[in-house]
Amino acid sequence: MRSPAGPEGELGKIVGIAEKLYRDTALGSVREWKGRTGSLAVGFMPVYIPRELLHAQGVLPVGIMGGGDNLEIIRGDAYYQSYICHIPRSTLEMGLDGSLDVLDGMIFPATCDVIRNLSGMWKLQFPHKLSFYLDVPQDFDRGIGGEFYGRALMDLSRALTARGARPYEAASLRKSIALYNANRMQVESLFDLRRREPWKVPTSELYLLLRAGQVLCVEDFTKLLADYGEALEADTTRRMMDQARVVVTGSFCEQPPLGLIRTLERSGCYIVDDDFVQVHRWIRGPIRETADPLDALVEAFLDQGVDSPIRFIAGGEKGSELVRRVRCAGAEGVVFCAASFCDPALLDQPMAIKVLEKAGVPYTAFKFAENNGQFQVIREQTGTFADSIKLWSDEGNRHADAH
Amino acid sequence: MPTPIDPKAPAVSAVCKEDSQLRQKRMIAEHYHRLAGCPGSGEKNAYTFVPGNLTELLRSFDLLPVLPEINALQSAMRGKSREYIAVAEKLGHSEDVCTYVKCDLGMMKSGNVGPTGERLPDPDLLLLSYTGCFTFMKWFEILKEEYSCPVAMLHVPYQADGVVTEEMRRYVVAQLKEKIIPALESVSGRRYDEDRLREMLALSARAEDDLVAVLESAKHRPSPIDAYFGGVYYIGPIFTAFRGTPEAVDYYRTLREEVEERKRLNLGPVTPDGAVDRERFRLVVEGPPNWTSFREFWKMFADEGAVVVASTYTKVGGVYDTGFRHDPSRPLETLADYCMGCYTNLSLPSRVDMLSRYVKDYDADGLLVNSIKSCNSFSAGQLMILREVEKRTGRPGGFIESDLVDPRYFSAANIKNRLESYFQMIEQKRMHAVH
Ligand code: SF4
Ligand code: SF4
Repeated sequence: MRSPAGPEGELGKIVGIAEKLYRDTALGSVREWKGRTGSLAVGFMPVYIPRELLHAQGVLPVGIMGGGDNLEIIRGDAYYQSYICHIPRSTLEMGLDGSLDVLDGMIFPATCDVIRNLSGMWKLQFPHKLSFYLDVPQDFDRGIGGEFYGRALMDLSRALTARGARPYEAASLRKSIALYNANRMQVESLFDLRRREPWKVPTSELYLLLRAGQVLCVEDFTKLLADYGEALEADTTRRMMDQARVVVTGSFCEQPPLGLIRTLERSGCYIVDDDFVQVHRWIRGPIRETADPLDALVEAFLDQGVDSPIRFIAGGEKGSELVRRVRCAGAEGVVFCAASFCDPALLDQPMAIKVLEKAGVPYTAFKFAENNGQFQVIREQTGTFADSIKLWSDEGNRHADAH
Repeated sequence: MPTPIDPKAPAVSAVCKEDSQLRQKRMIAEHYHRLAGCPGSGEKNAYTFVPGNLTELLRSFDLLPVLPEINALQSAMRGKSREYIAVAEKLGHSEDVCTYVKCDLGMMKSGNVGPTGERLPDPDLLLLSYTGCFTFMKWFEILKEEYSCPVAMLHVPYQADGVVTEEMRRYVVAQLKEKIIPALESVSGRRYDEDRLREMLALSARAEDDLVAVLESAKHRPSPIDAYFGGVYYIGPIFTAFRGTPEAVDYYRTLREEVEERKRLNLGPVTPDGAVDRERFRLVVEGPPNWTSFREFWKMFADEGAVVVASTYTKVGGVYDTGFRHDPSRPLETLADYCMGCYTNLSLPSRVDMLSRYVKDYDADGLLVNSIKSCNSFSAGQLMILREVEKRTGRPGGFIESDLVDPRYFSAANIKNRLESYFQMIEQKRMHAVH
């Protein structure tokens, strides 16, 4: 087992940079970026926003993912009852303690009722900042949902311009789309590598990189991923161990603490697919670069969005996408890891479980809060799960799919 | 100035059932009976939701609406919800999620017996027309797996900036035209008949006028109605299966006459345990009621002479007191506006505006929030709402917590305590105002 101190050398340096960015809830890097560029920075809540559009208007999209275990909640709890998930309260805490002052506004995508209501709370609490609710369609027809989404994008664009961003220009959106496509490719290649050789790309590291990508401009993020990829190639110390290959699902919005991800790995699981920091992979594959770029964004949202609990699935069986992901990652089991009180994740779970059972995929489930500090129980649970996979699955077939 | 009251005197007098109550009971029983008869009669039905429902449109195709939330609340009132929720949790549904969903699922898994003891028909269509809550979407995804029937989905945009824009309207109308109506045509085997829809919308508007008159009667002192506990009965027909029908028009006419008579006679609201004769506190209430201990809950208010003069729950199936009426001259647009205008589709700032206005317009002593554990749509943000309304009106706010249909989350002693301290706080405020 690797030392808990983390990687060394070049890899260690890169992961260290990412971890520093992840821990900085006061957004020092965003302040620095704004100081350097004199441009706007706008925060967004998980899960998805069209970052390309912001980038094209010179705005830094900053992914706000709650306070994790890095933040002491003093005021936020006074705004939320105990039976509401944790992320809105830590986000509000960051707003109230000044950590988000550097942001010129916030975008609240249509994710769930909590985020929706938070958009209004933001308006009341921070009346001088932009608070934009991005309503995304649940109708995926070009002429209906597509029309609606296209107009929503234009509204967003105008709202940014009204705050001082560059006005929308098709040419610059085309360039931004290309930059994000390149970025998506980098992300995807690391995910690929992890699927094939998960011992080389521990999820706890990949996760930190994705989180760093929430506060860095896309150019710097792509570079960080490329540097990490190179350092991985140069590294010869990482060896395969006998761990169970699992897909972790359910944490698309509130994120588990880093310690929990590390615990899963230490308990004997290779995480070969997950839905952490979903925005980087929300759109499958590249966005078209030739067409009218705004149309291309719309089209990508309608046709290339991943199946997620926050997206209405009209046809097909709920959960079958999860089975497909399990197969494609050569996974041997699924770990449901949803935030407590997360309606979308928890309401989806029984449907997904039914399909997994039908497909003969083993699973285990637990809930977390982003500020959990105790993982012993989870470690035992997932450790037993990993052991049972290793013991009971047919040895000859283990890892076969992945290679 | 509130009238001085002897706090020791009983607040409630003898029970009496009014004509409107009996009439409503009959209407609902007949509806369920008709639903139970669907397999034999060949009548078809659509499962759909209360906020943003398209009752007139459904009925214009002769489809009968079935409303799972109503079934859930009825199950709770009949003391069945604990068992149903347990069934759903045994099937793997989390204890954290909306209990309406679990209660409905449990009922379905236990034979789908409705409130009148008769079996409800399986849906011919799942009409996912909803506003203000993402859970509805999940709910029908779950039901979709249980029934082999088509699903039609109407996505209603959220009024995040407090307005319905032309774009939002266009989006909803396009879905109605291209998705919902064709689905209704295919299930019912009938063509879309716009004239028939217009007639129904005109009937809706008439009933809506009378409903608003009933709700606004609470501005009178003493209020002749309780706009929360009593209010849930008043909204019954119009929010559920009867909008657009002559029965609804008759019901609301009768109700209005009764309420106006009570107002003329300076009578207080009728409760299941009698009428509230002495109005001591006038409250605005935010949030849905608890259904498992509904009567006990109501009694806690009535015994103290606390009358709810305005509530937001009575606006979940449409906000009419700001002037909206179904408009037969623009049938699809008016349905779109209706859907987008339901209370839970309003932003937090709009909810604060509305509640502050209610406190002032109804001259209430303050705002009381009943926060529902399993309903994020209502509950996330209510503490901020409370604070803002207190700030704007200068009247004290109170906060209690319960659940819609899960009896495990109704703590009578705790709620009673909190209510008592809230009432004391109001009294103290009054004393300060007098001295
Ligand atoms: S964790 Fe779940 S319930 Fe909470 S804000 Fe995110 S999606 Fe909504
Ligand atoms: S979350 Fe609330 S609004 Fe949504 S279905 Fe449940 S009770 Fe209704």
